[in-house]
Amino acid sequence: MSQSLNLRAGLVSILLLLAFIGAWWGATLPTQVDLGDMDPEYAAMMGLDSVQESDIPTPGDIGSAIWTHLSDPFYVKGSNDMGIGIQLAHSLWRVLAGFALAAMVAVPLGFLIGMSPLMHKALDPYIQILKPISPLAWMPLALYIIQDASISSIFVIFICSIWPMMVNTAYGVASVRDDWLAVAKTLEVGPIKKAFKVILPAAAPTILTGMRISMGIAWLVIVAAEMLVGGTGIGYFIWNEWNNLDLANVIFAILLIGVVGMILDMIIGLLGKAVSYKEV
Amino acid sequence: MTTHSFIQVDGLEKTFPAPMGQEPVTVFQNLDFEIEKGEFVCLIGHSGCGKSTILNILAGLDAASDGYVFMENKEVTGPGLDRGVVFQGHALMPWLTVRENVAFAVKSRFKRHSNEEVNAQVEKYVDMVGLTPAIDKKPHQLSGGMRQRVGIARAFAIEPKMLLMDEPFGALDALTRGVIQDELLAICQATSQTVFMITHDVDEAILLADKILLMTNGPFAEVAECAYNPLKKPRSRQEMHHDGHYYPFRNHLMDFLVNGPGTPYAEKLPVPEAGHAEPQPARGPRKVVNG
Repeated sequence: MSQSLNLRAGLVSILLLLAFIGAWWGATLPTQVDLGDMDPEYAAMMGLDSVQESDIPTPGDIGSAIWTHLSDPFYVKGSNDMGIGIQLAHSLWRVLAGFALAAMVAVPLGFLIGMSPLMHKALDPYIQILKPISPLAWMPLALYIIQDASISSIFVIFICSIWPMMVNTAYGVASVRDDWLAVAKTLEVGPIKKAFKVILPAAAPTILTGMRISMGIAWLVIVAAEMLVGGTGIGYFIWNEWNNLDLANVIFAILLIGVVGMILDMIIGLLGKAVSYKEV
Repeated sequence: MTTHSFIQVDGLEKTFPAPMGQEPVTVFQNLDFEIEKGEFVCLIGHSGCGKSTILNILAGLDAASDGYVFMENKEVTGPGLDRGVVFQGHALMPWLTVRENVAFAVKSRFKRHSNEEVNAQVEKYVDMVGLTPAIDKKPHQLSGGMRQRVGIARAFAIEPKMLLMDEPFGALDALTRGVIQDELLAICQATSQTVFMITHDVDEAILLADKILLMTNGPFAEVAECAYNPLKKPRSRQEMHHDGHYYPFRNHLMDFLVNGPGTPYAEKLPVPEAGHAEPQPARGPRKVVNG
């Protein structure tokens, strides 16, 4: 039953894709332009032709852009012309570095907030004020203080990843069942062992959910941050191709961002599955 | 303070602080009872009389507002490995297998045990509750009765001086409850385990307990009576109701629960052979003015 459901869903997906590409292809067909009685030589001089190519890239253009980029992803021909793999690697490195730093701060702080009602109340106003700030708003300050574009992007990723992880960790830690804590107490389990053997595994699914949200936001933000600071990265690539008016490359990059974001989400989803448990 | 009982409870009282503008609530007060080594004691009472709080105080998880608990002449001030607790809701950690759950307790109790020794201890107690085939399963793969058995195995595995059980079979169906009661009875008789158990099931108390503490309703609940089980050991669920003492004793307990303390059956109760005299006269709940 579920197998046939998967099969049918896959079929519908493919049909939708084909319909979409068909419509796209139809919309970007070359158009006949009536040049009237214009002198053909004059028309050619004006760049006019009786057959007008579409301004929007056709599916074929995107296909060839994908092929060009993926067949040679790691070339470096100067600072403004690098393979898509290199650009992607820069973006991923920034996201992972910022995310890892955020996890190192957010998980312990979340533990503290979750375990101590005092710290929860004391830190809550700061979290509530800092959380809604668009991470890009930090960029000028980061650039001024850090004076390095790449590290500033990492900082921006750090600051946007930290909140969901912290809030979720605190929530997960605070909602560990009293039963389990009582078991630890009656067994005279020390605080360190209690933190690692009871609270951490109990809160792990919630923490991983926070990480998943953080990773999603980080991947959204890195594109904008790189457009802003330039230099390298997938965001810079898009902006650069926009300046080159190469829309095929822009569309290719958009697709790539989507695919990579999905893979990142899947990886954390799998990690989350590994630490999840069925409550009884 | 020197006592000769294994557990001595003196003037225990629990008062919850007042919500805004109201009087504080005294759930129970003036609790005095003893538990001897090897004795199986059941506490019976309606919900709201603070049964679970009493057990938590004995376990050291909760603090009394007044009064003391002594265990082997030492005051109980916190939780400890000398007392094993079987929780109402089994309290197994769902991310650990049965083996790991019991091993968590064993490792906490016997810190110097090697892995082999821990494993041997775990397997011994899991076998005791008949769960060896399920030893590597997670709690969600087990039935309610099996989970509660794991909880019992975990409590026994630390070899506590006293076992505290908070309505351990309350959530189980009657059939499973009976089976596990029999198992518990056999284990306790084989190990002479001292047990303090909370229940609201009269038959369960008659089957398992040597001594039954009857509590009045809260607030201001008290132990109104300490009834010694007149049915001789070994008791069994199948034979128990043929014992001549069964129905008078059961009626006495039921009357207490339904009508409150001071029932006609109290006089008809047989006097237990061990020096303890007839049931203490029932006391009505005393009103206490809180200031």
